[in-house]
Amino acid sequence: MRLLKLVPDHTNVDFMRWRNVAVILSSIMTVLALSYSAYRGFNMGVDFVGGQMIRVTFAQPINAEQLRSRVDGLHLGEASIQEFGGPTTYQIRLPKPPGGDAAANVAATQAKDMIIADYPGAKIDSVESVSGKVSEELAENGAMAIIFAMLGISIYIWFRFEWQFGVGALITIAHDVSMILGFFAFSRLQVDLNVVAAFLTVVGYSLNDTVVIYDRIRENLRKYRKMAILPLLNLSLNETLARTVVTSMTVLIALAVLMIIGPEVIFGLSLAIFLGVVVGTYSSIYVSTPVLVWLGVSPDSFVKAPVETPGQRTA
Amino acid sequence: MLDFPRWKVMTIWAIVLIGILFSIPSLLPQSARHYWPSFLPQSTISLGLDLAGGSHLLLEADLQDLNKQRLQTMEDTVTSEMNRGEPAIGISDVSTSGGRVSFLVTNPTQVDAAVERMRSVTQGVGLTGTRDWDVGVIDLNRIVLTPTKSGTQQALKNAMSVARDVVRRRIDPGGTKEITVITEGSDRILVQVPGVENPEELKRLIGQTARLEFKLVDLAADPNQVAQGHAPAGSQILQRADGTGPIAVKRRVIVSGDQLEDARQGFDQDGRAVVEIKFNADGARRFGRVTQENVGKPFAIILDDKVLSAPNINEPILGGSAQISGGFTVQTANDLAISLASGKLPVKLNVIEERTVGPDLGADSIHKGVIASLVGTAGVILFMLVTYGRFGVYANIALIVNGFLILGIMSIFNATLTLPGIAGFVLTIGAAVDANVLINERIREEHRRGRKIIESVDIGYREAMHAIYDANVTHVISAALMAYFGSGPVRGFAVVLLIGVVTSVFTAVFFTRMLVAIWLRNKRPKALPI
Repeated sequence: MRLLKLVPDHTNVDFMRWRNVAVILSSIMTVLALSYSAYRGFNMGVDFVGGQMIRVTFAQPINAEQLRSRVDGLHLGEASIQEFGGPTTYQIRLPKPPGGDAAANVAATQAKDMIIADYPGAKIDSVESVSGKVSEELAENGAMAIIFAMLGISIYIWFRFEWQFGVGALITIAHDVSMILGFFAFSRLQVDLNVVAAFLTVVGYSLNDTVVIYDRIRENLRKYRKMAILPLLNLSLNETLARTVVTSMTVLIALAVLMIIGPEVIFGLSLAIFLGVVVGTYSSIYVSTPVLVWLGVSPDSFVKAPVETPGQRTA
Repeated sequence: MLDFPRWKVMTIWAIVLIGILFSIPSLLPQSARHYWPSFLPQSTISLGLDLAGGSHLLLEADLQDLNKQRLQTMEDTVTSEMNRGEPAIGISDVSTSGGRVSFLVTNPTQVDAAVERMRSVTQGVGLTGTRDWDVGVIDLNRIVLTPTKSGTQQALKNAMSVARDVVRRRIDPGGTKEITVITEGSDRILVQVPGVENPEELKRLIGQTARLEFKLVDLAADPNQVAQGHAPAGSQILQRADGTGPIAVKRRVIVSGDQLEDARQGFDQDGRAVVEIKFNADGARRFGRVTQENVGKPFAIILDDKVLSAPNINEPILGGSAQISGGFTVQTANDLAISLASGKLPVKLNVIEERTVGPDLGADSIHKGVIASLVGTAGVILFMLVTYGRFGVYANIALIVNGFLILGIMSIFNATLTLPGIAGFVLTIGAAVDANVLINERIREEHRRGRKIIESVDIGYREAMHAIYDANVTHVISAALMAYFGSGPVRGFAVVLLIGVVTSVFTAVFFTRMLVAIWLRNKRPKALPI
């Protein structure tokens, strides 16, 4: 059987040739993504701002405007109504009422009663009601988890490799997370607890690629002590290119299936991870590796650590 | 490479078989589970509420309410302690303002005795010698009782432990449902009830403190004073539940909900829904005595500080049974009966988070999740097959075994699968082959460099290990943080990722290595099909 080779056996792409262009481009994109996120904000779900979210499946397609005016008629504050997955499924989001937790419960009940009364056959799929206090805690925990994950992984890389690699990892994760943030700010997709899980996955996954490349760079630095740094990085990237492409493909296949035919509720989660994988693959080549050049990684970086010499060397 | 001792082979197969065996109960449909022999593992994966459908409620104790109650109780204690014994201590101006109880001792020579009596009713907290109340004297004859911080904390702790049991009894009077009621932190209770059709009823059951009290109506109170909210000494002003204004009642409790033996919903002679209650022996005796002494006068039935009704005592009620009416529907009467029978909540609980998923949405999510998992796996398998041929087959066998192992381990620990957990499963399928990709690419590379077949495979496995190890540790770090900081569904995602990392290293490295070694040993291939 002839095997599929997405990447030919011997590649010799001069990745580092475009490293300055790539770094400038990545920097601009990162700044743009972050400033756009700061300017526009996110479409935060009830998990993080409090309030109620009701998902309803109606018996037949309905007039969204009519639904909106009926919900507005309850005077529960500015409601957001959007289609969710199909023409008969809607998501109604109500803001946190000023009257505290008891009022929040009343608001959700009122909206549900109205739907059941006015739309025969309608089915309440889910109700989520989150108080201000809980939403603040959830937002805080989410942010903490992402920050700790970024730092934890970077410190691990620092210990396993050298400090330059730790810094490179941190910059790479920051880049990837910024891109996803920017995407969520731009697309107005709802940011909920699941999306935080996606961020953490992206943090872990993005580093997965980077670690494999770093691992090869370390190996080559020890093996070819006379080689200049740029050709060495190119060699390492080319040697791992097939693996980078194949692994990204398998993960993207699985995620694409999940996005297309998986449950609607986790579409945001799947999409965020999908994008994270694409961005992470790019950044492992064009962010994490060029950083090493500036930080002055050289064969000497590893002389002091002969203990880590992996396996036997017969070459 | 070829040297694969028999015990290693046996161990690897044993792990694989045990994993598959444990995963089967979870994969069998409910209807087919009784065909599964009982001597084999029975534990299954539990479904999270987002898949099974049900309600998740996070309740928080109302600290203000608790403090108010403690002050109220202390005020009552003050009155009874000072009246007790020889000589009684005359007091006046008992008040609970400013978060403390204070009163004046009429005779200055009795101040020390009063302080002594109050000290004796305070209780020690922990081993540090701290009391739950501070007793002090100001302005010579005013005694002030201030709740201490540790006393308040202890009261909260006690209240939460009682509240948890009460909540459980209310939601599940029969004790048969698979519900979760656990305390979280110092002042929260997490309630998870699968398959709830009507979360409103659930909230009504929990939302009611159900503090039932019977008190005499103060007929001597001046209606004008009552309207302005001024109660005569020894009485208090309460609102009527039907909204018809205030009423003055005596402070002294005749009987309370604590002295109930049973409560059930019933009907009165006019067919209206009522709650029928039955007092225990002590309650019946007290209720009998007071009604005997007060024939012709009204008493108030008070629920959560609202007067439900104030019927006249037509004759002494000696049997210990009574009916509570108050404009109930059958539903509300039934809810109240359950609440009363399960005891009052020691503290008011507020719902601060609610997540309810209907059973249909949950079933739909499972259905779509399972199909996505299968299609995703098929896609990855196909891709691995066309990319790596024979080595792809090994990776694919490992992938399938990995799926069973994840489910098996989740079954062993009775872990909860949530909707994001399904995403974690699909993601793991995609990422699990990464180790094999690393290995196979390395084998290709070593072979290209002109190494012999066995040597290439051997070095491929060995060299790829460094990258596999480091890459998986990064996954473990992020998944562990998710499990630590995440709530419910997200934690489910993290659990699947964590298990998947461990099992995929086992299947991708040890298991495929064994398969490859057996093949190399038996076939001694001349060319490397990779």
